[in-house]
Amino acid sequence: MYKKKTCVAMLLAGGQGSRLYTLTEHVAKPAVPFGGKYRIIDFPLSNCVHSDIDTVGVLTQYQPLVLNAYIGTGQPWDLDRSYGGVTVLPPYQGKAGGEWYRGTANAIYQNLHFIRRYDPDYVLVLSGDHIYNMDYSKMLQAHREKGADVTIAVIEVPLEEASRFGIMHTDEDLRIVEFEEKPPHPKSTKASMGIYIFNTDLLTEYLIRDEADEASAKDFGKNVIPAMLADGLKMYAYPFSGYWKDVGTLDSFWEANMDLLGEHPVFDLYSGKRVFSRNEARPPQIIGASAELSDALVTEGCEIYGKVEHTVLFGDVHIAEGAVVRDSILMGDVRVEAGANIAYAILDGGCRIGAGAQIGRDRAEGGRLTVIGAGTEISPGQRVPDGAMVAAGSTEYQKED
Amino acid sequence: MNAAGIIFSNLHDRHIPELTRTRTMASVPFACRYRLIDFALSNMVNSGISNISVITHNNYRSLMNHIGSGKDWDMARRAGGITILPPFITAHANLSSELYSTRLEALKSIAYSIRELREEYVILSDCDVICNIDLGEVLRAHIAQGADMTMVVKRLPVITAEEKSRTVFETDGTGRITDCINQPEIGLRERDVSLNIWVATRTHLQNAVQDAIAHGYVSFTHDIIAKHAARRNYRIFRHHGLYADIHSLAGYYKESMALIDDYARWDSLFNVERRPILTKVHNSPPTKYALGAKVKDAMIADGCHIAGCVENSVIFRGVRIGPGAVVRNSILFQNTYVGADANLNCVIADKGVVIRDGVCLAGHPDLPFYIDKSTML
Repeated sequence: MYKKKTCVAMLLAGGQGSRLYTLTEHVAKPAVPFGGKYRIIDFPLSNCVHSDIDTVGVLTQYQPLVLNAYIGTGQPWDLDRSYGGVTVLPPYQGKAGGEWYRGTANAIYQNLHFIRRYDPDYVLVLSGDHIYNMDYSKMLQAHREKGADVTIAVIEVPLEEASRFGIMHTDEDLRIVEFEEKPPHPKSTKASMGIYIFNTDLLTEYLIRDEADEASAKDFGKNVIPAMLADGLKMYAYPFSGYWKDVGTLDSFWEANMDLLGEHPVFDLYSGKRVFSRNEARPPQIIGASAELSDALVTEGCEIYGKVEHTVLFGDVHIAEGAVVRDSILMGDVRVEAGANIAYAILDGGCRIGAGAQIGRDRAEGGRLTVIGAGTEISPGQRVPDGAMVAAGSTEYQKED
Repeated sequence: MNAAGIIFSNLHDRHIPELTRTRTMASVPFACRYRLIDFALSNMVNSGISNISVITHNNYRSLMNHIGSGKDWDMARRAGGITILPPFITAHANLSSELYSTRLEALKSIAYSIRELREEYVILSDCDVICNIDLGEVLRAHIAQGADMTMVVKRLPVITAEEKSRTVFETDGTGRITDCINQPEIGLRERDVSLNIWVATRTHLQNAVQDAIAHGYVSFTHDIIAKHAARRNYRIFRHHGLYADIHSLAGYYKESMALIDDYARWDSLFNVERRPILTKVHNSPPTKYALGAKVKDAMIADGCHIAGCVENSVIFRGVRIGPGAVVRNSILFQNTYVGADANLNCVIADKGVVIRDGVCLAGHPDLPFYIDKSTML
């Protein structure tokens, strides 16, 4: 008999990420590429591994193909284990029929049998929507030291932004006394990070009870946490002070990528524990005689002959001579032909930008973020105005012959 | 594919003693993120071979570390995969019970595992063969011609003294080998120069190795090819693509730089459809080019941080180049640190070298300045 696990992580990865528009047209939000060679889910997965959590259930629902293929056996994160490791948990058909996940709490409820297999003392619930490095084992230690029933990670946010989050009011001992989901007039600046540690028995009990409540939205923030608080459970906040960014909108996604740049980056991929990701064997970067690179992240397989400034380039991006790319994110396999100009834009994988094409307008000149969906071809000399959202594979900017 | 692979990892260590002091020829770093054996391994894997043995006898820690379970080549298999064969029953290899020094002695030392192979054919390769070749095509030619062995060759003149260590095959008009010449004469005439990659029918190889053990033969070319050429069907297969092997540190430098100078070479090696060169993947973050970095004509791996000036250089993983530093015509191995305002020209820095702020070092393309592993200057 295998020994039981202390803590099992449940990673909610079913989010559609609709505010990322075309970037999530064919992939779930956690599978959206980030930072040159990562996908968003690499961050919580790597955090789990670095926190000695070796059993992770990944709950998928929306557009799971890319995400499933990416996770595979879990080998890139050392999560290919004979007992535990990473398991993808899609919605399924049972004897009494099947249904989609109807909320975060319902998703975990439907997979209680997965948790029971490992008989853990604690369940860590995570979301696959954030960029951050965090040691969950310290949070677990705090949970044990306080003798808590539930611990919720919180981060200080500016008061003016607090109404976008679930806000915790705590006493001096960090015990949560009140919880408000997106309050119009927040009384505190401690925002929930969507990271929960539950004692397994209590979680099971409340999930079963919540499932039976037909009025419930089956959501942790809206239903389960308030119910626990109302019952007077010992719930504590765990303050986290590092970098943490929700990349739920195109603007915040762009910002988070730019946070990796600069002389002293706000979020430094080079310091701290390494973020694991599925790497492909691509040849090294080629930087040509005419290239100019400044404040850029560049990944293997890139061939650069143009000018690149304050930009993140994913693998296999080719930038021809005379092209200029500024304040942008170019995902895998993008080709930029000679003389094209890309300013303040996100180009999803496989885009082809014809010679002399103009994408977006400089941020310094008041340009708005421009987004081009995957695999889109922009004909030579075409102009894509700033603020445009071009759907994946669109032919809108293709010249007719 | 009905063929097994065998790779010799130590044979040419003496060509570049600097780089093989702590590693095998097979694990000599090359082109930013590869080790020399990646070419032989990838050629085999891309041709569908799923059972590869790597013969080795010393300094093989770096090789084992590189290959690991073989998963980066999709070779972590239940059946087959990559097997490293360290020294074993050396009594068979030669009479003084020392480690093997020739190709045939290496084969004699693994006679036991050749016998165990179930594949009908064996593809053998040296480890320092820088090329991207479809071995399936070689095997098909071998089978179609009913050959006992098929040697891959390239038409090349033998010009430098170093190149005299190459083997040249003489053939009749049909591609059948009639003679085999070690130490060929220097001349401008193109000859069929051996790439040290060949296909053998397993039973023939097995018998030849047994015969060599019985008679105490030591030279594969002299005691097997030259001796049996008249009776056996030994053939050549001409490879027309890029091929490079390495005979000295200067040769290593030249081949590395040629990949930057000539994009066509690069393209024919790394951008071949369905035949990627595979290697051990690391988890390095992307490379960061700081404000004020000046980089041109360079080949750069991931995980670097570049604030200075880099020109015509090969930069391996995790290299840091400080502000104001100038790196020209150099090869910097993994995790080299170049301090601010340092100046390097024609330098080969081995793994983990630290060059302090302001230090100037220079070599010459014919005599690159080599800095040993983990040296601090």
